[in-house]
Amino acid sequence: MKEFQYKNPTRATWAEDYSFLNNDLDNSKLEGDKNKKSNLKVTDLNLYIHQHHILKNVSLEIPDNKITCIIGPSGCGKSTLLKTFNRLIDDTEGIRYDGSIWVDDVDIFDKKTEITDIRKKMGLLSQRPCPLPMSIYDNITFGCKLHGIRNKKRLAEIVEEQLKAVGLWEEVKDRLHAPASKLSIGQQQRLCLARGLAVEPEFILADEATSALDPISSKHIEELFVELKKDYAIILVTHTLRQALRIADHVIFMYLGKVIEAGPADEIFNNPKEELTRKYLEGAFS
Amino acid sequence: MNRILKNKIAAGMMFSLTLASISLVVLIGMGLYLKSAPIFKEHSLWELISSADWQPSSGKFGFLPFIGGTLWITGIAVILALPVALLTSIFLSEHSKPYVKKWIFPALDILAGIPSVVYGVWGILLVVPWVSEVLAPHFVEYATGYSTLSGGIVLGVMILPLLISLFVEIFAAVPRDLRDAALSLGATRWQTSKLVILRKTLPGLLAAVMLAISRAFGETIAVLMVCGNIPLLPHSLFDSCYPLPALIANNYGEMLSVPMYESALMLAAFFLFIVVLIFNTSSRAVIYKLERKFQ
Repeated sequence: MKEFQYKNPTRATWAEDYSFLNNDLDNSKLEGDKNKKSNLKVTDLNLYIHQHHILKNVSLEIPDNKITCIIGPSGCGKSTLLKTFNRLIDDTEGIRYDGSIWVDDVDIFDKKTEITDIRKKMGLLSQRPCPLPMSIYDNITFGCKLHGIRNKKRLAEIVEEQLKAVGLWEEVKDRLHAPASKLSIGQQQRLCLARGLAVEPEFILADEATSALDPISSKHIEELFVELKKDYAIILVTHTLRQALRIADHVIFMYLGKVIEAGPADEIFNNPKEELTRKYLEGAFS
Repeated sequence: MNRILKNKIAAGMMFSLTLASISLVVLIGMGLYLKSAPIFKEHSLWELISSADWQPSSGKFGFLPFIGGTLWITGIAVILALPVALLTSIFLSEHSKPYVKKWIFPALDILAGIPSVVYGVWGILLVVPWVSEVLAPHFVEYATGYSTLSGGIVLGVMILPLLISLFVEIFAAVPRDLRDAALSLGATRWQTSKLVILRKTLPGLLAAVMLAISRAFGETIAVLMVCGNIPLLPHSLFDSCYPLPALIANNYGEMLSVPMYESALMLAAFFLFIVVLIFNTSSRAVIYKLERKFQ
């Protein structure tokens, strides 16, 4: 491996940022409730589809206000893990799981947990943009209406606010009532992001969200992630190591259904502890 | 022989076969028209459609009761079958476990494969008595049960498996990403079906309903067994009626010595042909428009 010192310019030094991961004492409580921490923790998650053991003893923690990249070769269970976070995986045939995932101290596998509440907390951005079969405006208000916002003025505000947040407002403000499918694919993906943000989630789950996009659109999405991380915890599954290098704050490396190594990006990229991680990364750096 | 020539010959043969099957439509239409043409020498089209007076032996051919009967029965069938089919197929495609589907689909196939005369017998044994003894007494003084409603119920049951299997296929074509998108925003399954999937599939669903309607229009034997076959325009659901296909099936071959009678029956067939044609083309136009609007 070549001598490579990697440092993400968009990030503060990791040592202070990540102290809470090793610390049982939660400092955030001292800051008061105003700055509520989003919290996602997985403990001993095992997941099977029919007889296949897809996720093996996965335990990890997702830091708030960071971009967490889940990397690893195809078929290692990255996307499955992501879809387990909001339990979209439930629809898969022959699915079984045990272990627990804690979102803000609620176990999402608990029978009493309202699954729609969990999903509301997690905006999903899929590989290919998937606009709902309705207008741009209705795409954004769809989630809000589901959760009981009916006030027209408020809805219009949300639409403007969220479209501005993803930098789409100037491009579409004159055709808000045109079908969303008329937008370009890059615009559609930003619309999907805005649609997810409109229900005020705490997490953004992105499943290779830029892989279907052209380089400029994907740069746009990446920039958005970097900007949005101040308000959200972003979890990004990615195939492209370069993308992880560019924007990750925290990295989880998975291989054959196991979490091999997880930690701050600087540490993983510059100084991987595991042999497997090192080998995987060498492919990208050399 | 070289490759290009072979291709040309193959394409030419297939094209002529295609042309042959399409020209069949034109030929049938032409045949029906020519056979029914003589009646237009004595009666205008408007007179034939708008008159309710059906007395072939005195030369009076009013098709209104038959057209009305067909529309009534088809309407009732669709009104009864559509909600059931829609909810069943939503359940099957969105809610049910795989093993449930494994049991229900073969049952539906059997339902679709039952000969229509069996439906007719079932109608006479069960539906007609039920209508006459249980339902009708609440509304009218006397009813035989051989009625528009019975015809509609039997026809509704007959188009049900067709509608369900078409609907399930249409829902299955919706990409999973779309469901995931709606679910991940916190929609319940029902909200996802109602607000996203139904909306996305609306053109397809309409096409399926149109197809079922044109199937229902032509259904003959089961309906004629239960609907009473009296050539009067029905005034209530409990009155008998006489749909067009039943008219043709009951009378063709008999009484052809009556002048113009064959011609009148051919006109009935021609009406059916035209109605189905119009339904198919207009449904295509609707689908085309909707697809452009919603895609």
